[in-house]
Amino acid sequence: MEFVSQLGSSTLDGLSYLGSLASLGARAAYYTLVAPFQGKPLRLRRAVSQAMDTGVRALPILSLITFFIGLILALQAAYELRRFGAISAVATAVAVTMSRELGPLITAIVVIGRSGSAFAAEIGTMKVSEEIDALETMAISPIRFLVAPKFLAMMVMLPCLTIWANVMGILGGSLFGVAQADFTLVRYIQASIDSLLLRDITTGLVKSVMFVITITAVGCLEGLSTGAGAEQVGRSTTQAVVKSIFLVVVVDLFFTVLFFFAGNQ
Amino acid sequence: MTTGQILPASPIEPVLSLRNLRVSYGEREILHGISFDVVRGETLVILGGSGSGKSTLLRTLVGLEKPSAGEIWIKGRDLAKTSAEEMDEIRRKIGMSFQGGALFGSMTVGENVALPLREHTRLEDSTIEIILRLKLQQVGLEGFEYYTPAQLSGGMKKRAAVARALAMDPEILFFDEPSAGLDPIIAAGIDELILELKRAFHMTIIVVTHELASAFLIADRMLLIDKGNIVALGTTEEMRSSTQPRVRQFLDRVAEPEVSGELDYLQMLTAERPAAYSSTGKRG
Repeated sequence: MEFVSQLGSSTLDGLSYLGSLASLGARAAYYTLVAPFQGKPLRLRRAVSQAMDTGVRALPILSLITFFIGLILALQAAYELRRFGAISAVATAVAVTMSRELGPLITAIVVIGRSGSAFAAEIGTMKVSEEIDALETMAISPIRFLVAPKFLAMMVMLPCLTIWANVMGILGGSLFGVAQADFTLVRYIQASIDSLLLRDITTGLVKSVMFVITITAVGCLEGLSTGAGAEQVGRSTTQAVVKSIFLVVVVDLFFTVLFFFAGNQ
Repeated sequence: MTTGQILPASPIEPVLSLRNLRVSYGEREILHGISFDVVRGETLVILGGSGSGKSTLLRTLVGLEKPSAGEIWIKGRDLAKTSAEEMDEIRRKIGMSFQGGALFGSMTVGENVALPLREHTRLEDSTIEIILRLKLQQVGLEGFEYYTPAQLSGGMKKRAAVARALAMDPEILFFDEPSAGLDPIIAAGIDELILELKRAFHMTIIVVTHELASAFLIADRMLLIDKGNIVALGTTEEMRSSTQPRVRQFLDRVAEPEVSGELDYLQMLTAERPAAYSSTGKRG
């Protein structure tokens, strides 16, 4: 009986958390996409510097990781494909897996680690030092002032990073293709491009847009709900990373199922 | 802000009135029915120990906490019943100086002070620049607009925060623990600044503090709250000559009576008669 009531209460907690996320996401979307056209300008300069942080500065580490992931994928695929004498299908396997699944997912995880955590830490520190309260007493919405620029930056940068990650993954795969599967670099790239349908890329991008909403909302919500004291900022940051990774995987699963059945029709 | 200089303050019409204000966090009620008025141009100091509810009172007055019951009238509007838009309108007429300053670390001092003007007015940049210089001059920080908050000392941060609170020419200025964490000389400087604002601009000022010396220096009237209730409200002279035990204890800095025996300690924790302790033994 106790188990059932515990299950019930944690389900309710989970649902109310999702509710807060949805409400924050909706308000952030309003201040990013609607309010600027009603005479409440967005802090564009802040959004640009945020985009530099979230996007451009993530490129080196993201490139390295996705290059390796591409190479690993090629090795793992070749292990099976070799038995069927179909080693040349490695290019297809890497290209499709990267752009449908791993490109968006790995990008999201790198961005959670770099930016989702930073959102929570920045907003959490501002909460602890009463800066969020100060914004409210000055009649400035913290959502518009702090969350909206981050949302815009993520909205622009995450899809770009995802495409970049796809390219780097394919290049990683090509290293194996050229060294072990009798491809030339040009032929490998050509084979990858030929194997990709536009749909493979757009499904990845749809996912990455959903990840933007998830990562920004979780990072900012954790920051805004930081309690008193410096150690709470650390807790918020950890929570932001753990919850973002979990929710990104859930969102990923949901859309993969959706695209699987939509693609079969 | 300048209206106070031209027209003498009317002592009758209050700028801020509280009627039976109650505030709760969840189940726990922090303020149990607070009522008082603040008239134009006066400085009210809210005194109280830690956990007395004085900070909650201040947070409620600036709209950071919602009252669970009662009324807060500012400018003819009840804060407890306003919409978000009306609340924002009221907030443009009040200024708040936070305990640690609460300056935005990613902006310079100048950008901090200019922020409310940039957000709420359509003034030209050159006009904002002039207002900014003026506000910084008022708090004695001229020439510091390009510093970041991290480069300022504690006292300067508070001054910058006051400049930011003054930016929109508020009608009521709130201070949370203005001298907390400052050495006595710097703290006296902040008191001097508050007195200056009062003298020069006839501003209505509400200060929350537990620093007695500073309170007696700046206050016109004082309000002592304890455990969420008003204990005393009066002028500084009335407070000084008060014979109320709780007021005397606070002003004379008498510690809570020491607890000696185990039962006394239990009584203090549970606030019940020790008899209740022995009666629990009958259970089962």
